[in-house]
Amino acid sequence: MHELAVTESLLKTATEYALENDAKKVTSLNLLIGTLSGIVDDSVQFYWDMISADTICSQAKLNIERQPAKFKCQSCQTEYALDGELSPCPNCGSVNIRVIAGDEFLLQSIEIEK
Amino acid sequence: MSTEKVQIVEKILDANDQMAEENQQAFDKNHTLAINIMASPGAGKTSLILRTIEGLAKDYQIAVIEGDTAPVTIDADKVHALGIPVTQINTGGDCHLDALMVRKGMQALDLNEVDLVIIENVGNLVCPAAFKLGSHINVVIASIPEGDDKPYKYPNIYRGIQCLVLNKTDLKPYVDFNFEYFEKGIQILNPGVEIIQLSSKTGDGLDTWLNWLRAQIDAKKHATQ
Repeated sequence: MHELAVTESLLKTATEYALENDAKKVTSLNLLIGTLSGIVDDSVQFYWDMISADTICSQAKLNIERQPAKFKCQSCQTEYALDGELSPCPNCGSVNIRVIAGDEFLLQSIEIEK
Repeated sequence: MSTEKVQIVEKILDANDQMAEENQQAFDKNHTLAINIMASPGAGKTSLILRTIEGLAKDYQIAVIEGDTAPVTIDADKVHALGIPVTQINTGGDCHLDALMVRKGMQALDLNEVDLVIIENVGNLVCPAAFKLGSHINVVIASIPEGDDKPYKYPNIYRGIQCLVLNKTDLKPYVDFNFEYFEKGIQILNPGVEIIQLSSKTGDGLDTWLNWLRAQIDAKKHATQ
């Protein structure tokens, strides 16, 4: 729902790095987005096309890698991936678990032309 | 022309997180406790804020930052009527408050003598979870009529909170709400989080909330920086 705000933040970060590295043009951005982040790829792409027009990032491709959600049980240390409904530890049934992956929304790298 | 890959690995929304950190430092400097109230529309954010002011205003200086998506002052007017300083933030359609909006709200208030700042977030169970504001305590108000499955459907909002208020307990006889199922979802997301059941309407359980909040305000008031 707030993809516009995060896409603006993405454009700002990418532009800063592009200018720092004397880029003429940014050709692609490599993103890591966790499944728990609530960020919808299509929406990011939609806003990206709109707000990056006429900037150094115009027409840059968004390469989005998805990070699945992972939990670690604090009782028995079992690590497990989550797809579907929230569930207790599959090994011991404990609900004392921590998220260890899936929250990410990272700009990992950009590809530029000089 | 040459092409090149620039390694970055930067968290998007880092700028918001940094500003949130600065907001929190400004609150800390004044020994002011800031709480961020999140909930779906209609869960009872404003009602609980009003009950909280009624219960605590004799002992503490309170100020309120109201967030709304439309230029209305319905909630702010209710707070103002209790004689409490309040500032209204219109997000202009945005689905959440962010740290910059809260900064503007803080600038509109004189925080010097204030013990407690209550920030009423936009009614939404999704977006407010992603934007830190600088608050010390994040609270979600759930309510009986919303149903017991909300932790499973909107998990993120329950994860960074210090207190879960379950409101409208007076409606329990009329609504199928499985508290054990609800609580299990909360525990998975946020083990050990404080859960307080109350009814803003009848006042049942309100003292538990007020006493919990008093302890947090007092701890902040007497905290050494």
